[in-house]
Amino acid sequence: YSAILTFFSSQQRIEIHKLRQGDNLILGFSIGGGIDQDPTQNPFSEDKTDKGIYVTRVTEGGPAEVAGLQIGDKIMQVNGWDMTMVTHDQARKRLTKRNEEVVRLLVTRQSLQKAVQQSMMS
Amino acid sequence: KIESLKVTVDFLKVPLGLKKPPLKEALAAVPGPGRSKSFGVERHKARRSDIMDNESQYSGYSYKSGHSRSSRKHRDRRDRHRSKSRDGSRGDKSVTIQAPGEPLLDNESTRGDERDDNWGETTTVVTGTSEHSISHDDITRITKDMEDSAHLDCSRHLGVSLAGALALLAFLTPLTFMLLPQLLWREELEPCGTPCEGLFISVAFKLLILMLGSWALFFRRPKAFFPRVFVFRALLMVLVFLLVVSYWLFYGVRILDSRERNYQGVVQYAVSLVDALLFVHYLAVVLLELRQLQPQFTLKAVRSADGTSRFYNVGYLSIQRAAVWILENYYQDFPVFNPALLSLPRAVLSRKSSAFKVYSLGEENTTNNSTGQSRAVIAAAARRRDNSHNEYYYEEAEHERRVRKRRARLVVAVEEAFTHIKRLQEEDQKNPREIMDPREAAQAIFASMARAMQKYLRTTKQQPYHTMESILQHLEFCITHDMTPKVRGAFLERYLTAGPTIQYHKDRWLAKQWTLVSEEPVTNGLKDGVVFVLKRQDFSLVVSTKKIPFFKLSEEFVDPKSHKFVMRLQSETSV
Repeated sequence: YSAILTFFSSQQRIEIHKLRQGDNLILGFSIGGGIDQDPTQNPFSEDKTDKGIYVTRVTEGGPAEVAGLQIGDKIMQVNGWDMTMVTHDQARKRLTKRNEEVVRLLVTRQSLQKAVQQSMMS
Repeated sequence: KIESLKVTVDFLKVPLGLKKPPLKEALAAVPGPGRSKSFGVERHKARRSDIMDNESQYSGYSYKSGHSRSSRKHRDRRDRHRSKSRDGSRGDKSVTIQAPGEPLLDNESTRGDERDDNWGETTTVVTGTSEHSISHDDITRITKDMEDSAHLDCSRHLGVSLAGALALLAFLTPLTFMLLPQLLWREELEPCGTPCEGLFISVAFKLLILMLGSWALFFRRPKAFFPRVFVFRALLMVLVFLLVVSYWLFYGVRILDSRERNYQGVVQYAVSLVDALLFVHYLAVVLLELRQLQPQFTLKAVRSADGTSRFYNVGYLSIQRAAVWILENYYQDFPVFNPALLSLPRAVLSRKSSAFKVYSLGEENTTNNSTGQSRAVIAAAARRRDNSHNEYYYEEAEHERRVRKRRARLVVAVEEAFTHIKRLQEEDQKNPREIMDPREAAQAIFASMARAMQKYLRTTKQQPYHTMESILQHLEFCITHDMTPKVRGAFLERYLTAGPTIQYHKDRWLAKQWTLVSEEPVTNGLKDGVVFVLKRQDFSLVVSTKKIPFFKLSEEFVDPKSHKFVMRLQSETSV
């Protein structure tokens, strides 16, 4: 069988329960991007004019990793709020609201089609 | 207590046919003046309800007398100039209902007599309000005014004549200096050729320039009478005097006595005097005109009666000159003072007064617990005030609506009226009888808008300021200069907003007598924090000074090539 590696995007819904550390509620990942940022510097985006919010790092064992968030995911929505046309600071604020214990993210992930091909072939 | 007594007596005079009238009507049936007085007292109590002990009742009474004096004057003025029909209800200061058989409010003297008849031995207590004391005050005030103005006129004329004499002396002195040697010892003089002729010409032109400059600077109609001597002018006059005297002194000693033969020297001496006079003139320009131009202080002028305020920037001035400056700007900037606009709406006051009326009738025989009573009244007043602001608000809203409605009617009436006439074009062939001059045209269209105008003016309480004659004149003026619809804007603009005082008819509203009240001597210069008051009879202008702050301006140089931009790098935030 032939393994053709192609990228395609799939949407995932990820529910992260925030962890309390001292006075803060942390999610355990880092974001990059925003409409006020330079999109050509984004290593994770396929389209280098995409100014969306991307996950740049996921801390080991943190709530985000536990919930299934992966590095390189593009965050489309947070608790229903759109994240495709926000500034970096607005994105940060929407994720770190103090009165929210749970954030439900809608993310887009680029994954390899190889797995699909394999299942199709077999 | 006297008032309560008076009130009860008045109440008893109500005709017995009335069966349990509401209190207001009963009082209305009472003789007019008595009722207006008590209303005034109650109004005053309503305003100063925090001071309700017996002593202040008397003071409130006499205060009302002062008030009524001015208000009566206003009413007289209004009545004299009213050409429209009488409106029975004219405002809270006048009687709204005529008691049977009583004359109207305007006839002041008879009213006083009647009151005296009623009040036998108690007249001594109410002297503060009787006609006699008021007229006495008026007389003393008038004589004081006359004396002051006479005194000022004398001193002004003295000052002016002195200055004129000095100027003439200074002007003629150089000519005299040059002429005297020629007249007295002509034969002994050395001949003086070209230099002298040059000096003669220069003297002639310098004197001409001096004359023109002095005329421009000094010979102007004075705009005000200052209470005190104008310091800089006095200083300059003294300087000129000393200069001329010292020149004469030296001239007399060195030239006349010793019969100086060097004529050129004499002429040069005269020329130097003219130069010195020109420099004094320059000093005068700087001191009198230039120094005050650069703004140094901000003056805030507030009218005490209704709170209109304006700010002005002035330079270094003495207090009296600043006062004149403020007055010049007052007549142009401040809207005209309308005392009718100051009083609370009628509905609010009458309701208040009737409530208080009930209370005061009950307490005529309490002397011991008067303070207790007054405290109770204060408490009641405090509680009552919770409702009165509500009434005030609704009354204000109602008044606004009324004014707007009347204004709409007025605008429509005026627009319609102006469509009735048009300017005569040459090609129109019209009967000579039909052609009108502006005055007749104004009269023709005035009738259709007269009623709407009268109603509007009465609602906005402006009717004392506009007589029918003045409206007709203004209409004629507008018709003469423009016939386009813009005229309606121009015609009505004068009536829709209260304009500055100088716009109205000169004799009545342009008062010239102002009193300057100041803690510091009025020839002192302005300083930060100086306050002075300009007083008129009805109101005063309180002027306070603030120094314009010293600005520290620093420089920052921006190289035009330094405007460079980059894209922002990716920032990473951990959440």
